[in-house]
Amino acid sequence: MEADPVLLARFQFAFTIAFHIIFPSFTIGLSAYIATLEIMWGWTGREHYGRLSGFWTKIFAVSFGMGVVSGIVLSYQFGTNWSGFSAAFGNIIGPLAGYEVLTAFFLEATFLGILLFGRNRVPRGLHIFSAIAVAVGTAISAFWIISANSWMHTPVAYEMRNGVAHPLDWWAIVFNPSFLYRLTHMLNAAYLTAGFVVLAVGARYLLAGRHLDEARTMVRMSIGLLFVLAPLQLFLGDQHGLNTLKHQPIKIAAMEAHWDGSKPGDFHIFAWPDPANERNRFEISIPRGASLILTHDPNGLFPGLTSVPKQDRPPIHNVFFAFRIMLGIGFFMIAAALFGGLLLWRGRLFDTRWYLRIVAQTWWTGFVAVIAGWVVTESGRQPWMVQGLMRTADAVSPVPAATVATTLAMFVVVYGIVFTMGMYYINRLIAKGPQEQLVRPPKKFSAGPLAAAKGDA
Amino acid sequence: MEWDLPLIWAGLIGTAVAMYVILDGFDLGIAILFPFHPDEHERDRIVDTIAPFWDGNETWLVLGGVGLLVAFPLAYAVIMPAFYIPVIVMLLALVFRGVSFEFRTIAVTSKPMWNVAFWLGSLVAGFSQGMILGGLIQGVDVADNKFAGGPFDFATPFAAVCGVGVVLGYGLLGATWLIMKTDGAIAERSRDQAQVLLLAVLGFMGIVSLWTPLQFERISERWFSTPNIFYLWPVPIVTALVALACWWGLTRERDNLPFFSAIGLFLLGYLGLVISVFPYLVPPSLTIWQTAAARESQMFILIGTLPLLPIILGYTVFVYWVFRGKVREGEGYH
Ligand code: HDD
Ligand code: HEM
Ligand code: HEM
Repeated sequence: MEADPVLLARFQFAFTIAFHIIFPSFTIGLSAYIATLEIMWGWTGREHYGRLSGFWTKIFAVSFGMGVVSGIVLSYQFGTNWSGFSAAFGNIIGPLAGYEVLTAFFLEATFLGILLFGRNRVPRGLHIFSAIAVAVGTAISAFWIISANSWMHTPVAYEMRNGVAHPLDWWAIVFNPSFLYRLTHMLNAAYLTAGFVVLAVGARYLLAGRHLDEARTMVRMSIGLLFVLAPLQLFLGDQHGLNTLKHQPIKIAAMEAHWDGSKPGDFHIFAWPDPANERNRFEISIPRGASLILTHDPNGLFPGLTSVPKQDRPPIHNVFFAFRIMLGIGFFMIAAALFGGLLLWRGRLFDTRWYLRIVAQTWWTGFVAVIAGWVVTESGRQPWMVQGLMRTADAVSPVPAATVATTLAMFVVVYGIVFTMGMYYINRLIAKGPQEQLVRPPKKFSAGPLAAAKGDA
Repeated sequence: MEWDLPLIWAGLIGTAVAMYVILDGFDLGIAILFPFHPDEHERDRIVDTIAPFWDGNETWLVLGGVGLLVAFPLAYAVIMPAFYIPVIVMLLALVFRGVSFEFRTIAVTSKPMWNVAFWLGSLVAGFSQGMILGGLIQGVDVADNKFAGGPFDFATPFAAVCGVGVVLGYGLLGATWLIMKTDGAIAERSRDQAQVLLLAVLGFMGIVSLWTPLQFERISERWFSTPNIFYLWPVPIVTALVALACWWGLTRERDNLPFFSAIGLFLLGYLGLVISVFPYLVPPSLTIWQTAAARESQMFILIGTLPLLPIILGYTVFVYWVFRGKVREGEGYH
């Protein structure tokens, strides 16, 4: 088969952004957790909060570093891979990305220096402030980039002149119709992801009988958070889906593998969609389940895939299966969080070993659900780059396929090395655990040594 | 009065690129000189001089890239495909450089590997940046507002010379930074290195200043036609004076003067380039006005930039102040 530059560019972009999103989904949540620990430490003065914050800050430093370098790659890839898109939609996407740099990236990068190295140099108040600044910075970053991304799904308030989009109303562009649904669902996903990692590490220590003070705090805090956020995610996701039905009905049809819009939709627990024959094989379904969820009426109708020509349909397998992975993990998370809450209430949380054994192994669930969720969203928009306005095939840069293939291979190798080593080092930090000796925060600015995230200082 | 927004934005992006080149320049520079500091404790101390700052420094690169997309989307859409290979090589090199900061402090047996990654990543990143710069001065093949050349158009001897020049320049910034931020053996050694590097940088500035007007008529036109030459003759003179100040600071063992005069040299070289290519953003065909974003877009983000940029500069200065002074032996704890 002839190498297709569009396909390669898509592969490359999907690979680099899926790699990137792993780190934000962890660091957005973890930075908020660290800020909370710092505040609790300052407030209660209890040492184990300080030890925990120091411990997670080291892990944070490693993940944040990988998030930053992979993000920088992305900000250039809009041009290297999608120059057609940049030229046509730069007027709209550019300013949103620009505000992300100005309001978020500088904030997080600068205060990161104080958070990592300032422990024994700056007054405690400023150190707490830096932790909060980093956490807020990561959330602001999500705000702008999700706004840009949402506009590509639900474009509004623009005018096309000679093939170039011109903005008409910035407020409407930033708060485009799918933005708040996507932002809340994504931020909540990030807090869930970090919550399950903290829970897993705490459970590991409890099972091993190490760092018991810290482990109890970690498990208690994460269960408390997940108890609220895991069910909330179901609600947010449902609202998001209803909104998508209004704006991108074909994406919903792909998520439900719903071909014929003249009949009510079943909810397929499992199926193998067969795009060639426009039907599903091996269906295990809840009759009229999809109609009930989407229209609140078992006889309700919603558009099917056959309502648009074949070339306007998304790659249905990606969308359909990724959606089921996300849902499965979502329901697992709800079950784990609610049961953990019950154990906590009964006072049995720290010695129900079978439960701890399960959650000690499920640290990865959030990451997989996040990537699956993005595959649903992004694959579901295909073949459009900007819904209804620009096809992905028209957005690609004039770069030969061989060049894209070579750099794709380079990305895979480099990211493979970096990811493997990063995981290995994070595991080593976790195996070492929170450290005893602590630097006391000084009363005022001092010229003390660098208390890096690395050392045990 | 109508504001000339494209001109304002060209100034702002020019500032972002200059900030990047200076701030990440010394980060990359100390790493480029890594092999010449053989002692592992000294290396740790060298990394400690930039550890709190590098992430913020690198963010100026993001601002430069995204700024181009914001204000001149057409230029962005031509330049990125034109320099596809060196841009991606630079980004991958920066990946290695960036993760080495954290990895080398945790690593035990693999630390030498991350030292190499830190050094090579920085070297390759600097060289690629120089190649991109050289390729841009040379000019880019554009047809119908799209890049129309081949993937290796950028790779000429001139671009390679620019690459080497940028690497040496970063080395000079790095060495003078270490003179300012350390003492003892590291500072001694850096002083010697800086003298060699200063001479080499001046040599390369000379080569580029002769080569460009000889090869590119538009550039000799710019510099040597009347009345331009009457306004432009101070540029080389001031450059010579700043170079003298740097040399004087190095031989008289001043701590701060070499670093700041090295910055001065960079800025003057940069000014020279701007004079050579203005008003083209993609020489020899697209000007800043032809590639500008919609007025509404440039205005929307300018309104935010005007208050935000001083705030960003404010807290950047603050962090440099918090971590002021020399990083002494035994201070950076490992
Ligand atoms: C602001 C823009 C933006 C943002 C925030 C995201 N994407 Fe995206 N994504 C695109 C802009 C985009 C794109 C440039 O529009 C692509 C490239 C090709 C295409 O059609 O859309 C795309 C494609 C694309 C594909 C390939 C889909 C296909 O070709 O079938 C995947 C798997 C992802 N993305 C995954 C993600 C992930 C994991 C993200 C989490 C951060 C993400 N996207 C955020
Ligand atoms: C196409 C889309 C994206 C681009 C171009 C992009 C670009 C970037 C860049 C350039 C950085 C490095 C900033 C620095 O120097 O500190 C970064 C980091 C970051 N990005 Fe993205 N990003 C994208 C998608 C996303 C999404 C979807 C999210 C979150 C929902 C996100 C959240 C973050 C966060 C929190 C960081 C901080 C670093 C970290 O947490 O590891 N980004 N991104
Ligand atoms: C429990 C039930 C859940 C439901 C009903 C649900 C629903 C949805 C829907 C409908 C979309 C597609 C939105 C679109 O049209 O573009 C989506 C996307 C997404 N989901 Fe979920 N989701 C659930 C759980 C989760 C969980 C547990 C996570 C991660 C921890 C997650 C992370 C994401 C992400 C990152 C996206 C892509 C960004 C976005 O469009 O918001 N979801 N989800």
